[in-house]
Amino acid sequence: MRVLVVEDDRETAHFLQKALKESGHAADLAGDGETGLSMAEEGAYDVLIVDRMLPRLDGLSMIKEVRAKSIRTPVLILSALGEVDDRVKGLRAGGDDYLTKPYAYSELLARIEALARRPSPEEQETRYVVDGLVLDRLSHRVTRDGEPIQLQPREYRLLEYLMKHAGQVVTRTMLLEHVWDYHFDPQTNVIDVHVSRLRAKIDKNFDKPLLHTVRGAGYTIRDGPG
Amino acid sequence: MALASPLTRAVSTSAFRAAAVAVAAYLVCAGLVIGLLLWQTNRILTEQVLSTLQSEAQLLEAEARGGDLQGLEHAVEVRSRPEGPGLYFLSDRSGAKLAGNLSHVPPEISATGGVFQYVRAGGDPAEPRLGVAIPMDLGNGIRLVVGRDIEDQRRFADEMGTLYIAGLGFLSLTGLIAGLVISRVVLRRVETINVATRSIMQGDLSQRIAISGSGDEFDVLADNLNTMLERIEALMNGLREVSDNIAHDLKTPLTRLRNQAEAALMDPRGEGAYRDGLEQTIEKADDLIKTFNALLLVARLEAGVLKENAESFDVGRLVHDVAELYEPVAEERGLELRLDIADGARLIANRQLVGQAVANLIDNAIKYSAKAAQTASHPPTIDIALTKRGDNVEIGVADRGPGIAPEDRERVLKRFVRLEKSRTETGTGLGLSLVQAVARLHGGAVRLEDNRPGLRIVLTLPAPPADR
Repeated sequence: MRVLVVEDDRETAHFLQKALKESGHAADLAGDGETGLSMAEEGAYDVLIVDRMLPRLDGLSMIKEVRAKSIRTPVLILSALGEVDDRVKGLRAGGDDYLTKPYAYSELLARIEALARRPSPEEQETRYVVDGLVLDRLSHRVTRDGEPIQLQPREYRLLEYLMKHAGQVVTRTMLLEHVWDYHFDPQTNVIDVHVSRLRAKIDKNFDKPLLHTVRGAGYTIRDGPG
Repeated sequence: MALASPLTRAVSTSAFRAAAVAVAAYLVCAGLVIGLLLWQTNRILTEQVLSTLQSEAQLLEAEARGGDLQGLEHAVEVRSRPEGPGLYFLSDRSGAKLAGNLSHVPPEISATGGVFQYVRAGGDPAEPRLGVAIPMDLGNGIRLVVGRDIEDQRRFADEMGTLYIAGLGFLSLTGLIAGLVISRVVLRRVETINVATRSIMQGDLSQRIAISGSGDEFDVLADNLNTMLERIEALMNGLREVSDNIAHDLKTPLTRLRNQAEAALMDPRGEGAYRDGLEQTIEKADDLIKTFNALLLVARLEAGVLKENAESFDVGRLVHDVAELYEPVAEERGLELRLDIADGARLIANRQLVGQAVANLIDNAIKYSAKAAQTASHPPTIDIALTKRGDNVEIGVADRGPGIAPEDRERVLKRFVRLEKSRTETGTGLGLSLVQAVARLHGGAVRLEDNRPGLRIVLTLPAPPADR
C-alpha cells in the first residue's frame, strides 16, 4: 500500500515512514499543505495521512481542495485537537477518519489499513465469510459450519464489524467508535469483555479459533493462526 | 503642591464640573427670576404712587375751581403735615410760595413733573430725600405741585438690590463648595476602588472593594467589581490547582515511567528485559496520555468551549446503551446492573459528553462495588435510573459500595481528589470532575447522596420542554 504522509514535524514524519516500511507499506513525505496537495494530485496513493496543523496550507483546507479535485483517496487526519467538535470539523472537511495525537502506531496502522480496503457503498457484500463462519447481512443470521449461532444485537454488530475487516487488526477504539458510536474513553476495558463474550459464542465449541487477540493492538478475525 | 493637589484634583473631577455647570445654570435662572420680580414690584409701586397723586391732584383742582384761593391755601396747609408722605407747593404768579411743606420746587418739576430730590422742612440738608411730583396750573398764575415722598421705596429697592446680589453671591459660593464637597466624596469613593484595584493588580486577588452599605451606584459598581474578582479568583485558583495537580499527579507516574525504563536498561537479562520494559513503558505512557486528555477535557469544559455541537437525542436510549456497554464488565465482577428508565426523555446537549459522563458514573459505581461483591451472598446491585423531574432530567447511579462520608462529598468532585481508600484503584481521579464539568456546561448539577448503604450520584441536566 502506498501512503502519503503530510506532516511538518520531521521526526514524526520519519518515524511514520520507517514504521510503515517495516509494516510493508511505502510512504512518501510532504512537509506542508501545498506540497501535500500537489503530491496527492500526481501520485496514486491508497491512503493520505494528513496533519491538521501544516504550514502554507492547513490540513483541513488541503483535504477540502483534494476533495474538490475529485480525488477520493481515503484520508486519515492526525491532530492534537481531539474533542468531539474537532473530529466533526475534520470529517466534514472530507476526512474519513480522525486520530488524536499522541496515538499508538498500532492504532494508526489498523486505521489506515481499514481505510485503504474500505469498499465503496455499491460493492458492499451481503455475506461475510471467514472459514466456516458466515454472517448474512440480509437475514442477520450467523452460522458456523452450518450451525446457527444466537447473538445479541450488539454482539451481531460487533461481529459484523470484525468480519467486514477480516484479516485486519481492529483496535478497541475503532470498535467503540463504529459499533457503539462513542468517541470517548470508557476507562475500563469494557470492549474486552464484549469481545470475550462474542468469542465464547463463535469459537468455544470449535477446534479452530477465528477471533484472535493481537497483543498491544486489538483484535482480528481470520482463518489462520493468530 | 501636596496641599494644592487634593483641591486641584477635586476641581478636575467630572463631579465638580457637573456641579459647577449645574450651579451656573441655576444662578442664571435665579438672576433672571429675581430681576424680573424686582422690576415688576418697582413698576407696581410706582403705578400706585402715580395714581394716588393723580386722584389727589384732581381733588385739589376741584377745590381750586371754586375760585376760593384762601380755601385752597387752607386745604393745602391742612394736608401738609411735616412728616407725612404728601408733598405740596402752592405758588402765586411770581413763583412765591403760598402754602405747602416743600421749601422750593426745582424748575424742571414745576414744568413737567417727575422725580426730584428735596430736603424735609427741619430735616438734615445732607440727607436729601427722593420724591415724585406732578405740577398743576390752576389759572391766574397759581400753580400747585403735588408730590409724594418715595424715599422709603428707594431704600426698599436698594435693600432688595443688595439682597439680590448678596443672595446670588451666597448661592454661587454654596454651589462651589457643594461641588467641591461632592467631588471630594466621589473622589474618595473612587480612590478606595483605585487603592483596592491597585493592590489587586500587584497580585493580591483576595482584596475586595469596601461597600458603604448605602446601596448607591458606587456600591453597585463595587459589588460588580467584587463579583468579577471572585470569578477571576476562582479561575486563578482553578488554574493553580490544575498546575499543582499536574505537578503532583502527573509527575508521579512520569517518575515511575522513567524508573521503569532505567530499570529495564540495567536489567542483566538483556534484550528480553528491554522488550518487557519498553512494553510496560508504553503502557504507562498510554495511561499518562489518558490522564492528560481527561485533564484537558475538563479544563476545556470548564472554560465553556464545546458548547456547540449540541444535538437533540433520546437520553434514555443513551443511558441504556452505556449501561449495556458496561453490563458484561459488571457481571464479570459479580454485580447486577438494574435499569429504571423513564420513556421519551430528550436532551439537547452534546451526546458524546453526556455519554462520557454516564459512563464515568457507571464505571465508578462498578469499581467501588467490586469489593462488596466479593463478600456478598447475592450480587450487589447498581441501580441506574433516569427520571423526568419538571424541566430536568435526572440520571442517578447508585451502588452498594462503601459510600462517601458527607464531609467528603463536595471534595471528590474536584480534580484528582481520590479518597485514601480508593487510591489503590486504577483511574485518573478525574472521573467525577468530568461529570461535574459536563453538568455545568449544560447548566446542570451533580449531587452525591447516601444510598444506605453505598453512594448515589445524581446528574441533573435541564431538558427542553416536551413536544417541541
